[in-house]
Amino acid sequence: MAERLLEIRDIHIEGHTDETWVPIINGVSLTLDKGEVLGLIGESGAGKSTLGLAAMGYTRDGCRISSGSVNFDGIELTTADAATRRRLLGARIAYVAQSAAASFNPAHKLIDQHVEAPVVHKIMSREEAMRDGIELYRRLRLPNPEEIGFRYPHQVSGGQLQRAMTAMAMSCRPDLIIFDEPTTALDVTTQIEVLAAIRDIVEQFDTAAIYITHDLAVVAQMADRIKVLLRGDEVEEAETREMLSHPREEYTKSLWAVRSFQRPQKPPAPAGSTPVVALRGVSAAYGKIPVLHDVSFEIAEGRTVAVVGESGSGKSTAARVITGLLPPTEGVVEFMGEPLPPSYRKRSRDQLRQIQMIYQMADTALNPNKTIAEIIGRPVQFYTGRTGRERERRVDQLLEQIELDPATFRGRKPGELSGGQKQRIGIARALAAEPRFIICDEVTSALDQLVAEGILRLLARLQDELGLSYMFITHDLATVRAIADEVVVMKDGRVVETGPRDEMFRPPHHPYTDLLLSSVPEMDPDWLDRLLAERGVENIGDAAADRM
Amino acid sequence: MGAIGRILVQRLILGVLTLFAVSIVIFVAVNMLPGDFAEAILGQGATPEAVEAIRRDLGLDRPMVQRYLSWLAGVLHGDFGTSFAQANFRSFTGSETGSGLGSVAEQIKPRFQNTIFLAGTTAAIAVPVSLTLGVLAALYRNTVFDRITNVATLTSISSPEFFLAYILILFLAVLNPVFPSLSNIHEGLSFTERLRLTMLPALTLTLVVTAHMMRMTRAAIINLLASPYIEMARLKGLSPMRVIIVHALPNALAPIINVIALNLAYLITGVVVVEVVFVYPGIGQLFVDSVKIRDIPVVQACCLVFAAAYILLNLTADILSILSNPRLRHPK
Repeated sequence: MAERLLEIRDIHIEGHTDETWVPIINGVSLTLDKGEVLGLIGESGAGKSTLGLAAMGYTRDGCRISSGSVNFDGIELTTADAATRRRLLGARIAYVAQSAAASFNPAHKLIDQHVEAPVVHKIMSREEAMRDGIELYRRLRLPNPEEIGFRYPHQVSGGQLQRAMTAMAMSCRPDLIIFDEPTTALDVTTQIEVLAAIRDIVEQFDTAAIYITHDLAVVAQMADRIKVLLRGDEVEEAETREMLSHPREEYTKSLWAVRSFQRPQKPPAPAGSTPVVALRGVSAAYGKIPVLHDVSFEIAEGRTVAVVGESGSGKSTAARVITGLLPPTEGVVEFMGEPLPPSYRKRSRDQLRQIQMIYQMADTALNPNKTIAEIIGRPVQFYTGRTGRERERRVDQLLEQIELDPATFRGRKPGELSGGQKQRIGIARALAAEPRFIICDEVTSALDQLVAEGILRLLARLQDELGLSYMFITHDLATVRAIADEVVVMKDGRVVETGPRDEMFRPPHHPYTDLLLSSVPEMDPDWLDRLLAERGVENIGDAAADRM
Repeated sequence: MGAIGRILVQRLILGVLTLFAVSIVIFVAVNMLPGDFAEAILGQGATPEAVEAIRRDLGLDRPMVQRYLSWLAGVLHGDFGTSFAQANFRSFTGSETGSGLGSVAEQIKPRFQNTIFLAGTTAAIAVPVSLTLGVLAALYRNTVFDRITNVATLTSISSPEFFLAYILILFLAVLNPVFPSLSNIHEGLSFTERLRLTMLPALTLTLVVTAHMMRMTRAAIINLLASPYIEMARLKGLSPMRVIIVHALPNALAPIINVIALNLAYLITGVVVVEVVFVYPGIGQLFVDSVKIRDIPVVQACCLVFAAAYILLNLTADILSILSNPRLRHPK
């Protein structure tokens, strides 16, 4: 039997809100052997990060471990004094955070942050640690390992930073690393490089790891065992393959089932019909920096066009051009065959009414000081001229359309709603204008999978009932597969490929589409190995160099 | 360095433009003061003819724009004009003119040096003390130490300056004669002697300016403690002191530098009360005296010096906070 490294027994963690202590983790236990990788999975609010940090004997400000024990290699962390814990942190237990861009100190060079732990813990001299850091950068296949450490965090791309952070965690050769959603903030193609790099280095040094994520397919590649959490409770735990093939609990099965939602693709619009919105040869720039180059695509009546691409590909800029927020430098946007004025200032109220938008962050898109009735009532009055009781009746009707009870929700403010409910209010606000066309900008990417699926089903139903057309901006190909009729693939401000959804997911594709599609993790635990073998490891190094 | 160079040049030009605008405001404002030098100096015996004669001698009868332009031209050559009071004094005693004795610049120079010396001494004490207290208060936040520091600095900033001054005199000059209660500064003093004479006003001012700087340091650091990179530093097993000094402080510099600059500007321009209490021959007293007798050239010169000090210090603060940002120092 392997040697036991970490044992958490019946741990309870509480957070301080509104003068009371609210439970976050209710008696979870876990064990980890040397060199083993445990995946922690659950939706937001499940307590994954809190549990991961507790494995280091650390709680965030305003949280406390109220009972239970954390035993790391014979040392009880819950009762150890601060100095004892500090001797372990960084040296024997290290942490890799979700956003490397935010977790590297902007004021110091990467290598200076890298050598800090080994020097402070007196494991290496500064020079040794620097040499070792460069070696680790090389092993993690960072481009220019000799030189990259001497840059500041803002000079390095997100995927590279995430690998540099993994290198930093390795600097003292810890026994245990906590990976807290290390690839969630990355594009799919970058995610692969980081996943492969993390897995290799963990194997090379035989490091034990707790891998926290909400993405089942990712955890399937990384973990030996998986533990599922739900609102601070353990749902179940099993070996990875066992868990994927035979989940026992209903909740786990529901997590697995999410990806099954798929609408049938609608037939293409009849030839010769006028598209609702058409971009014709649109180029746009922010100041002097060109962002869109000769972009053309159409959105047919009652259809959903998904615009996909990685961050920086120009998806959201295209939306800004359509809404008139960013007048194009060249080309024209047509609505029902008529060219629209470039700037929203020049558009008539009716033209504005026809094109509405739903935003990624419902949190920031809703005024926190207004009630739901005011938020929805405002566009009702502005665009349709309804006032008084008529306006209120329309607000109730809209709330029913988005499946929220008017009596309960009218008087609430956004702060009293869950993420999914807020996004529904965002949809109702767009519907209030009675538009023909709605731009959905990453509307599900901040939501948990089950909630996101509810939103997608709602949008699909509304489309059938009201004959709406959607432009669906997303980087998530699972969402595309679920609801799109047509797909537009963008890269570096250009349209790379367009076509009906079912064709897009069937080879042959444009090489970039192929790269995107093949980078989406699959549930199969062997997927990453197979993909790396297909592409060849060198290939990934090249892809990283391309991004420089 | 291209981006930074551009920003610096831009700030410098803006500073010069501001100074120019301020010079207009000063000139107009000072000239709108009720009463004039001639009436003030002649007092009860101000016959219209006498007033007229003096006004003509001093050039006060010319139109304002003309006077402004000739004043500005003089300032640009380093000539702040001739003090009315000195000019008048000379015309009474019949001494020759043109020796430069009566020039405003000559009058202001020693006073300004004294003011700078006092401000410098205060800054040398107050800035390190406030930074240290701020860092310690952030480190031991919400402890007894933090509360005591806050209460003490807030008390000292809320008390009138003269009151603080008299308390210090009571304890450090009367009960324990450590420092002299009068700052009798004159030429030919050795540096240490001068420092000893300046100590009480400097300590008084330290009490006045510490609170702002200390509280800003504390707040700016605490503001950052929730950042992911601070959590990362803690999870590397660094000591709380190292986390704050190495990881929080460098990112908190910009607001701290700005508050320090504002307080230093105050030390140059706003310390009349303290100067009066300690009879310290600084520029503040000269300014107040000149306003009293409507000695317009001196008033204008003092205002311009104050404005220049403000603009220069804020400009320096701007530049330093830009330099403290690695994104600007090391563009992609």
